[in-house]
Amino acid sequence: MSKVKTGMGRRSFIKNVSLAGGGLIIGFNWLACKRAAEEGGKEMALEMPDEWFEMNGYLKIGDNGVVTIYSPNPEIGQNVKTSMPMLVAEELDVDWKNVIVEQAPLNTDVFTRQLAGGSQSIRQGWEPLRMAGATARKMLLTAAASEWDVSVSELSVENGIISHTDSDRSLGFGEIAKAAAQVEVPEEVELKDNSDFKIIGTSRKNVDAKGMITGKPLYGIDVHRDDMLIAMIVQPPAFGMEFKSMDAARAKEMSGIIDVFTIDTYPEDMEREWSDVAAFSKLVVVVGESTWQVMQAKKALKVEWDLNPKLTKQIQILEKSAGLAEGGGLENSDIHYSLMAQLGSDNSETVRKDGDPEAAFSNAARVIERSYTCPFLAHNCMEPMNFFANVTNDKAELLGPIQTPEYAEKSVNKRLGLDLENIDIQMTRMGGGFGRRLYGNFLVEAAVISQKMGVPIKLVYTREDDMTNGVYRPAYHVTYRAALDGNNNLTAFHVNAGGMTESPLFADRFPAGAVDNYLAESWTIESNISTGAFRAPRSNFIAGAEQSFLDELAEEMGQDPIQFRLDMLKRAQNDPVGENNDYDAARYAGVLEVVRDKAGWNNGSSTSSRGVAAYYCHNSYVAQILDMNLIDNEPVIDKVTCAVDCGIVVNPDAAKNMVEGGTIDGIGHALYSELTFKDGVTQQNNFDSYRLIRHREAPKKIDVHFIENGLDPTGLGEPPSPPVQGALANALYKATGKRIYKQPFYPEISTESREIKT
Amino acid sequence: MAEFNVTINGEKRNLNVDPDTPLLWVLRDNLKLVGTKYGCGIAQCGACTVHFNGSAVRSCQVPISAVKDNEITTIEGLSEEGDHPVQQAWLEHDVPQCGYCQAGQIMAATALLKNNPSPSDEEIEDVMNGNICRCGTYTRIKAAIKTASNSQIV
Ligand code: FES
Ligand code: FES
Repeated sequence: MSKVKTGMGRRSFIKNVSLAGGGLIIGFNWLACKRAAEEGGKEMALEMPDEWFEMNGYLKIGDNGVVTIYSPNPEIGQNVKTSMPMLVAEELDVDWKNVIVEQAPLNTDVFTRQLAGGSQSIRQGWEPLRMAGATARKMLLTAAASEWDVSVSELSVENGIISHTDSDRSLGFGEIAKAAAQVEVPEEVELKDNSDFKIIGTSRKNVDAKGMITGKPLYGIDVHRDDMLIAMIVQPPAFGMEFKSMDAARAKEMSGIIDVFTIDTYPEDMEREWSDVAAFSKLVVVVGESTWQVMQAKKALKVEWDLNPKLTKQIQILEKSAGLAEGGGLENSDIHYSLMAQLGSDNSETVRKDGDPEAAFSNAARVIERSYTCPFLAHNCMEPMNFFANVTNDKAELLGPIQTPEYAEKSVNKRLGLDLENIDIQMTRMGGGFGRRLYGNFLVEAAVISQKMGVPIKLVYTREDDMTNGVYRPAYHVTYRAALDGNNNLTAFHVNAGGMTESPLFADRFPAGAVDNYLAESWTIESNISTGAFRAPRSNFIAGAEQSFLDELAEEMGQDPIQFRLDMLKRAQNDPVGENNDYDAARYAGVLEVVRDKAGWNNGSSTSSRGVAAYYCHNSYVAQILDMNLIDNEPVIDKVTCAVDCGIVVNPDAAKNMVEGGTIDGIGHALYSELTFKDGVTQQNNFDSYRLIRHREAPKKIDVHFIENGLDPTGLGEPPSPPVQGALANALYKATGKRIYKQPFYPEISTESREIKT
Repeated sequence: MAEFNVTINGEKRNLNVDPDTPLLWVLRDNLKLVGTKYGCGIAQCGACTVHFNGSAVRSCQVPISAVKDNEITTIEGLSEEGDHPVQQAWLEHDVPQCGYCQAGQIMAATALLKNNPSPSDEEIEDVMNGNICRCGTYTRIKAAIKTASNSQIV
């Protein structure tokens, strides 16, 4: 048992009472009526209590023993809305069948880090969420002890029933909740030992599953109010352009159209939050009665656009390149690639240096050098960007899909000049996030539009708006060099990485620490194209590149690719080079050994082309072996075997779902997806031109093995998607005899036309 | 604007909308049946799949004027309580991640099983290829379709 200070006071208790009364505006809580019983798929009605008692900001208990747990973090499909409440329920010792989960609104007084990003929700929620459950449990026990006039230590709790064995008395949480809610919040509580877990480590179904499969209004795009209007935007057709003028006469006359105007989401004098990233600040807005009518009016608008002179000037380095200066900052993908290959590394800075890499390279018997590159990517959440806003003179009510509500609140505060306490942000379930909804420009746009109109509005992006007005995964480029001596020993390793507009380098990550002479360099190139975090930022490219390079290196050195990595990791474990290595070499090696054994790597029985990769990011370790064949020149992936070390697995089947999804996502983007530019215009704007992985292309089988080590849990939203890209590249090499250096891989291996087959 | 009388999930509905309005937006905006999702608007993602006389169609491509007296079923009308065998299989396999594509996937899968109660892997892949899942739940979708197929009560 571990003792922790609760740090919880009356404040978190009192603050939340109003929240409980209000409930969620989206208003539909299917679970409040009924929930599927875990067994047999049969349904069981869950009676609602007559009265609720607030225990703390995280939970309330009904007089019949039903418990509502508020899930603090945004749900983007990573399943925190189920697994975070499981942590609370565990320490509360309530029967999971009696738990109702509700999405908490933004509430910085009660919750810390209400953010979906970096695969941190479970890792950083591990202690506070269990503490919330343990605190309430202690208050319930204290109340029961005083009711029976016995000491707390004589009591036991199971499944929401408190028992006093000596006197053969017991009562349910509901019976004592009223008294417990009056008990002083304890300053310290004890948390369970891992061996006492009853909920953590068992598979619990997604709490929204029933709502999702019956089509309930769970998402931001589903929000409806009777007095609400629909708003849509029209943006410049190219990055590097801006609004000049418009003729809205015809659009305004169309049926159902209320108004057409322009907004400036982020005026120049506004101090931006890090999350205030927008492709275009000045937008044309069309407001009308229904989505279809507004879509038609958008097409009828006549808007003139101009080159944005400021953007042209900003990009110093681009002016050096032929063809760009005349274009006035309208960028082209072919120029991006040549810029990254040529100019980028000229401007690099050293981030880490161990030993004497220059000497090792000049003394090398052999130097192996390879470069890898990848395109921009659009996030393409299935649910396009949208937000509901109802802004009045003194209040803003905002409801929808946002990964960073806390920052969005600050942005609205600055943009609209409303006090923070008068800005209410509530989160809906999200149809994907992948990093795009970290950047809440659409929320601010919705707020500005509602303020201007003086009515509630729902802003909705079309797919085309969404894809061409993104905060994209940057385009990256990396060059690796390895020095080998006369005995084929690796004597130096050099990584030079950069991108538009950030570098993918992790200087302290493997193989740093495993090589005596090591040099890591970084560079960036500016661009007019807006970029940001995309599921497993930076790792989403560099993992695949690094793991491809290590594979090629092992081959050049005549070594087995897994043993080669294990030997390097052993060096990093026993005698690490440098002090800042950011990974645990033993855990890293652990996943490689497990995946090797589970996939039967050494028994040589597989007839498929196999590739292996392992990577560490977002505090978790993942190794994958991918088996594939080329059939009629098409890659057919038979199986991916995954070994994952994320410490304690809170909800095993849901965790497996995450690993499967991340694996498919990693394969899909590496193989098929790209966003390219011609004169600043994205060449893909919907799923007919932007290729996402589909059913037929998914692996036939994904085997997932978790390492059981009892360590505190880390996240899974991101770690499975980066390494599989390397495993895929290495398997493709086995299948085609060709090393691939450029993403997406498919056009590199295929002579077929690039047409998307549906 | 024109007046239309249509039957959605067995219920007669009277509407006054532009004849070109896709069924998708009539469902979502006018009838508040928002289980049918918008994903692309160009027949590429399958999020908007509904049944048109029992066959799976992309509702973003069906103008309201084409509905006439054909029978339309949406995810909300697939079963009373989410107890269609395909929905039950979805629960059993805990398929959804973000869940946004799943109504469309379920409508495509139910239409598939109606025509072909025990599809092969290839047949499942072929029919379901038009439904994108950005979260990558494809392996679970396939497993759930097989479970529903074996339940023999589709
Ligand atoms: S919205 Fe109809 S197929 Fe995508
Ligand atoms: S579950 Fe998210 S798009 Fe399919």
